Amino acid sequence: MNAAFIFDVVLAALVFTIATWIIAARDAFSAVVGFVAYGLLLALVWVELSAIDVALTEAAIGSGVTGMLLLGAASRLRKTEPTAVSVGLPMRLLAAVLCALIAAALGFLVLFPPGTIFTLAPDAMAHLPETGLRNPVAGVLFVYRAFDTLLEKVVLVLALVGVWSLALDRFWGGIPGLPVFEQPNTVLTLLSQLLPPLGIVVGIYMFWTGANNPGGAFQGGTVLAAMWILVMIAGLQHMPSTDRRMLRLLVVLGPAIFLVIGLLGFALAGSFLAYPPGYAKPLIIIAEAALTVSIGVTLGLLAAGPPERMARR
Amino acid sequence: MTLALNIFTALAVFAGTFFFLAGTVGLLRFPDALTRLHALTKADNLGLGLVVLGLLPRVEWPFGAFKLISVWLLVQLSGAIVAQLIADFVRREEPHA
Repeated sequence: MNAAFIFDVVLAALVFTIATWIIAARDAFSAVVGFVAYGLLLALVWVELSAIDVALTEAAIGSGVTGMLLLGAASRLRKTEPTAVSVGLPMRLLAAVLCALIAAALGFLVLFPPGTIFTLAPDAMAHLPETGLRNPVAGVLFVYRAFDTLLEKVVLVLALVGVWSLALDRFWGGIPGLPVFEQPNTVLTLLSQLLPPLGIVVGIYMFWTGANNPGGAFQGGTVLAAMWILVMIAGLQHMPSTDRRMLRLLVVLGPAIFLVIGLLGFALAGSFLAYPPGYAKPLIIIAEAALTVSIGVTLGLLAAGPPERMARR
Repeated sequence: MTLALNIFTALAVFAGTFFFLAGTVGLLRFPDALTRLHALTKADNLGLGLVVLGLLPRVEWPFGAFKLISVWLLVQLSGAIVAQLIADFVRREEPHA
């Protein structure tokens, strides 16, 4: 038993304890706070498994953005919580048994896999030099499975349309209902003046280094979104009306450019989303740069929520 | 030289974890939100500061060291400001606290 093993066991026990605590938590707000801590611990687990890209995504999206969205939902539901219909014990037991069965089956398969585990990892590594990228995760996302990645970015736009659709008819195209901290010259103002210059540099760096090291458009875009939300919550910048043409252009910019590059593949390399030899990396960087901006704007607008006020005229 | 550095790292990291432990005990045992915040910020500032100090001789110079110090400074900044915001909120909710 060495120190690393003990660390892993303690980490796993901690993740398990927090997960149980979240399920047992009485109110939604506490459960969400627990969920954020759970996400950060899970990011540590991914680091232990040497999956740094996944760890970054888990910390940024799984814990950060999802945590923020859930906090918004919990505070909206707070008023209705005492009168909410409670689920009976038999139903809870049934859910617990089903979840335990799935967890046990997954655990069994991981511990005692049937036969040899099929893996494409050696093939992925063997062809990586042809792409010009050095981060195998970026290679999978933008070369081997580029179609999945394209669809994932389009889904993000659809999610935003879904959130906007929750607005009342007369507020369509109006200003999102994110609560703003309406007091000038507080410490929050200071933070939202000091942090964004650093955060923007970190966000761009994460996208740029993603070609060769852990990072990428999604993680970088999330950091940019967080900086934007901070500035909006502190009241340093007005929340934009969702009918602004520039804003909507920025939301679709990334998926659109990725799609155009994909279509160019027909003409230049013989199939959809194929890159002409030697041009893979520059094309991917262009697509990722546009995607970083779009992801930042889209996640910021998702967190800001559906429009709740009339647009400024 | 290496031995001296090892001892330095062990002492500083150990002292750092002591402050984290003390901060956690304070968070759990202190009576109200303001004193709990006090305990927590001490853990962040001194605890993390000592851990970073202890790890400095073990990382690549200068970028590794610069990264560690940046992490500490960023945690200082966010910790101090979040503590202020929570304290401000508590003050307004319970004017007599």
